[in-house]
This record gives sequence, C-alpha cells and structure tokens, in this order.
Amino acid sequence: MDVLVLLKQVPSTESIIEIAGDGVSIKTDDLKWVINPYDELAVEEALRLREAHGGTVTILTVGREKAAEAIRTALAMGADKGVLVSDPVLEGCDPLCTAKVLAAAAKEIPFDLIIAGQRAVDDDAYMVGSAVAEALGIPSITMVIKEEISENRIQCQKTIDGGVAVVEAPLPALITTQRGLNEPRYASLPGIMKAKKKPLDSKTLADLGLDPQTFTAFKMKIVALNPPPERKGGQVVEGETAQEKARELVRILHEEAKVF
Amino acid sequence: MDFDLSIEQEMIRKEVRKFAKKEIAPIAAELDENEEFSSSITRKMGEIGLFGMIVSEAYGGQGLDYLSYIIAVEEIARVDGSQAATIAAGNSLGIGPLYYFGNDAQKKRYLPKLCSGEALWGFGLTEPTAGSDAGGSKTTAVLEGNEWILNGSKIFITNAACDLSLGVTVQAITGTRPNGKPEYTCFLVEHGTPGFKAVPMHRKLMWRASSTAELYFDNVRIPKENILGNKGDGFHQMLQTLDGGRLSIAAMGLGGAQGAYEAGLKYAKERQQFGQPISKFQAIAFKLADCAMEIECARNLLYKACWLRDRKRPFEKEAAMAKLYCSEVMGRVTDHAVQIHGGYGLMKEYDVERFYRDQKLLEIGEGTSEVQRIVISRYIGC
Ligand SMILES: Cc1cc2nc3c(=O)[nH]c(=O)nc-3n(C[C@H](O)[C@H](O)[C@H](O)COP(=O)(O)OP(=O)(O)OC[C@H]3O[C@@H](n4cnc5c(N)ncnc54)[C@H](O)[C@@H]3O)c2cc1C
Repeated sequence: MDVLVLLKQVPSTESIIEIAGDGVSIKTDDLKWVINPYDELAVEEALRLREAHGGTVTILTVGREKAAEAIRTALAMGADKGVLVSDPVLEGCDPLCTAKVLAAAAKEIPFDLIIAGQRAVDDDAYMVGSAVAEALGIPSITMVIKEEISENRIQCQKTIDGGVAVVEAPLPALITTQRGLNEPRYASLPGIMKAKKKPLDSKTLADLGLDPQTFTAFKMKIVALNPPPERKGGQVVEGETAQEKARELVRILHEEAKVF
Repeated sequence: MDFDLSIEQEMIRKEVRKFAKKEIAPIAAELDENEEFSSSITRKMGEIGLFGMIVSEAYGGQGLDYLSYIIAVEEIARVDGSQAATIAAGNSLGIGPLYYFGNDAQKKRYLPKLCSGEALWGFGLTEPTAGSDAGGSKTTAVLEGNEWILNGSKIFITNAACDLSLGVTVQAITGTRPNGKPEYTCFLVEHGTPGFKAVPMHRKLMWRASSTAELYFDNVRIPKENILGNKGDGFHQMLQTLDGGRLSIAAMGLGGAQGAYEAGLKYAKERQQFGQPISKFQAIAFKLADCAMEIECARNLLYKACWLRDRKRPFEKEAAMAKLYCSEVMGRVTDHAVQIHGGYGLMKEYDVERFYRDQKLLEIGEGTSEVQRIVISRYIGC
C-alpha cells in the first residue's frame, strides 16, 4: 500500500495577517509557517495505513523552497520520503495550475492512494484535490471522516450537508480529509533526528518535463487585498424578565436592525 | 559566530511548543491547584521523546545534543514549571548519573524504561542536615558479605514518590578519606526494597504537580553490584551531575520568564485604563522592554554554556552563571508580569500567578543563588 500525500505549507492559523505596503500581498516576515491542518490529517491517515498494510508514505509539495520545512516535519512524523516541486514560474499560479504540476509529479511516484486536505486554510479554494484526481483520471472522494480498504477498493464515510454518505471507489483513488478523520500525532524528538537522513528530492518544472511557458497563462493577478470589516461590539438587551427582553429584542430587530 | 539553530533544533522547539500548548497548558492550572502529579501526562511526554534526550539510542535514548535538550525544557517551562521539573529532573538527575557512571548491565536494566517515560528515577543527595553543605550528610552504607546495608534519610527528592518511581540514586558515606573527610559512594536502590520508604511531600508553594519525596532507609539491604561506579566516586559524580543539571534549571528559568513575559505583553495590550491599552503607558512599556532585554541576555548565556558543553569544552563556570542569571531573570520578569496584571495577577485564573510561585524554587534547588555566586567567585579567582 503506497500512499502519496499532497501537502502545502501555510501560515499558522494563529498568525496575525497584515497586508503589506504594496496592497496586494501579505507581510510574511513574522509569519509562522505550518503544515496545512487538513494535510496533517492526511499524513496521519497515510501513516496509519502503512502501519496496517505496509508500504510507503511519500509527501509531495508544490511551493517555495521554505516549504521543505513542512515536508521535513511530515518526515519526522514518520513519512518515508518527500518531493518538493519549486519553480519561480509557479509563484502566484492558480489552484488548477498547482493541480497540474502535482499530477505530473504524481505520475513519477508509485501510489495506490492519494490523500489530500479538503482545502488549504490560506486561500480556501477547495479545488486542488479533486483537480489532481481529474488530471490523473482516478476517482476522488472528498471530505472523508473514515476510510476502510479491502481488496483494492476503498470505502469512505464523507460528510454531506446534514449527514454522512458512504461512498466506495476502486484503487488507485484520491481522498480528501475532513476534521474527525483522526488525531494527528506529534513529530517525536527521535523522529525529528531520523528525518534528517530521509530523502527529500527537489524538482523544477523542467525536471517533470513541463514547459514553464504554459504556466504563465495560469497566473492570478491580485488587484487589491482588504482586511474584513472590523466586527462591531455586541449589544446587551435590557429588561427585567425574559418576556421583557424578548419584546425589546423584537423591537430592536424591527426598528433598529430593520430585519423585518 | 553563528546564532542560527540547526533545522532539527528549530523543529524540536516547534513540536515541543505545540505539544506543551495542546497537552499541558489546558491541565496545568488544575494539576497545580490539586497538587496532583500526573502519570498520564508524564507518559505522553515520554512518547514524544522528552526523556533520555541525551542518552544514546543503544539504551533507548533520543541521541540529541545538549542544546536540543535545553530547548525542549525551555519550551515546556514556557507553559508549566511542574512538568518542566519532571522532565529536567528526569533527564539530568534521574537518567544522567545512570548513563554517565553506570555499568552496561545497570544501563540495560534501567535506561530503556526511564527513556520511554514509563518510569522515573530520583537523585538522593539532600538530607535534613545536609543542603548546601553536602558534608553534613549522615546516610551511611556498610558492606556486609554480598550486600550493602543503607541507613539514613533524604529530603526533597524529585520524581521519587509517584506511581512511576522505579528507584533512586543515593549518596551515602562509606568510610573516611585520608584527609579525614567522609568518603561518599552512590548506590542504586529500587522501590520495593525492604526497609526503603518513599513518602510524598505535600503543601508546596511551587512545582505542585511535580513529585517530591522524603526517603527513609532503615537497614536497607541491596546487592553488592548496585554500587554506581567505584567506591569513593560519589562526591565527584554528584558534582558532575549538578553541573549539567544547572543548565536544565537555567532552561526552566528562561522558559518560565518567556511564558510570563508573553502573558504580560498580551495582557498589557488588551487591558484598557484611562481610555487606552496600559501598554501605552511608559511605566508599563519600560517594564516589558526590560523583560525582553533580560530574556535575550539569559538565552544567549544559557545557549553559549550548552554550546561549550556540546563541544566538550569547560562549561562549568558558564553553567553556574546561566543557572543564577536565568532563575533571577525569571524572578524579575514574573514580578513585572504580575504587576502588569494588577489584581488579576494575584488570582489563579491567570497563569502568571503560578509562574510567580514556581520561580522561587529555581533560586534554591540544585545549589542556591548564594552557592552559585560562591562557585562563580571561585572560578574568577576570588
Ligand atoms: C521542590 C524541590 C525539589 C528538590 N529536588 C531535589 C532532588 O531531586 N535531589 C536532591 O538531592 N535535592 C533536591 N532538592 C533540595 C535542594 O537542592 C536544596 O533545598 C538546596 O540545595 C538547598 O539546601 P537547603 O534547603 O538545605 O538550604 P540550606 O543549605 O540550609 O540554605 C539555607 C540558606 O543559607 C544559604 N547558605 C548556605 N550555605 C551558605 C554559604 N556557605 N554561604 C552563603 N549562604 C549560604 C543558602 O544559600 C540559603 O539561602 C529539592 C528541593 C526542593 C524544594
């Protein structure tokens, strides 16, 4: 059972995001970078599959050179090897472009299953996982909270609006993670030391036989970044009794907020 | 000069910080309040490799350098002093002497369990009549046939009376040296040995979730081979252990100072008085500026001492300086942090209250601040 994990490095969700002077990018100097939390679930699930069925776990990332840190952390958690595709042309490319590169890189790595996060928490596009499956021509099951593998098939429970659906697909397939799938382990101290000796290959688009030229068309142009409007303070509804408060609330909703 | 940490050291900091925040921070105040040593959190700390950090892999250790170990202690102490105490004492005082002075059989017997966090080992030096002055100790060991017979008592021994306690290293008098002073030898005594009693000490001001014990030895018979190293090596072994141990106490001071400073800074930015955040008042801002500066100095001093040790250079003077300085810095920083919190800083709802209490031990344990100044003054030739 060879599992390929698609992993992205993102700013930690605790970081304070500030817009840079140019108005179209964010300040990155003080940002803390982490593995995208949904990808952490993917790494954990891959490690559990290897523990149960044997095989290997490979981490595949498209990103800046700095993203090697995130791959190393996944190796410290227990993954076997990592591949980082890095190319200046890819700076600012859209999710479909990322998916094309990932798919091209995935073709060079043997896998029975690909696990990706449902989305990256930095730009929340929700696209890459399914787009990679499409490019590779394999089935994809998104938002998985439980999976079971038997005889070359994978059966998953996935969250849908108001419930859970059970979906099955033949392998090779791609699944994306949903919270609740597992509780990711910590990279242990000895794991961190062992990761030092694990292979981490760096590749460019040319190494993958891709023409950088074709990717310039996929560039996104950010016109402007604005922080979300600041949340206004709450309002306490006055009144002696619950009835009085309810009446006052209805009045505020009607007369001040003009909800109805 | 190179002030960059290695990739691995940075990762260790990041992972231990994440672990401390997720696993320790939510329970630290409650364990402190209930004066409860937690075996489950100790085992979890063991699972991620926080015990036996400097022990080679052959004995189940993690094979790290000293600076990595110190960074890990610093990160735990940033969140909680008690758990940092379990780690620092476990590594430096429990595992240290066994690893450095034990024979192969002793190491094979104990180290794998201690390095996994399944079991803890104590370091019995202090006695009711022998604190700063180890010469006042009265515990004795006499060889009778194939057994040593121990009599005496120890006090304030960390990790020695909880359900994970496996045994203790005990320093005892085994004779008189040619110069008339007592000869000391260290012994390994397992819990459960008849005549050996470990009694938990309660009602502590600080480190309330760390296990502290009084030990009693009443004609305790241990096999002859439970001697650590050679007869007469005890005093030297203890001093060497304390030299390394000082670095881990310093790490607790540094980490505790960092945690208290961050809490103070956060609070100062949030708390409004006279229509603005109190961090805008110069009197508050200057306190925080002093904290930031002193923490920076403390970290540089401690990391340099570790750097020296990792390069097998003399580090003892710097270790004493780091222990003294980091613990006193934490004293000043926690004092400022509580002051910045005003009345709330005196309440248990705020972590700085616990940090303020936990700091005091650092100026007393493993050589008081006065003793550190004696050590340093000797090194500089006074
Ligand atoms: C929570 C806790 C955990 C501990 N863990 C351990 C452990 O695991 N193993 C262990 O062996 N011990 C342990 N200790 C003991 C600790 O190391 C001693 O408390 C410490 O060495 C001081 O000894 P004392 O308490 O007897 O104080 P004393 O030595 O009696 O000192 C009292 C005061 O006199 C001062 N003083 C003493 N001599 C001089 C001098 N020559 N010049 C100037 N001033 C002097 C001291 O600095 C201090 O201010 C622990 C203590 C505590 C509180």
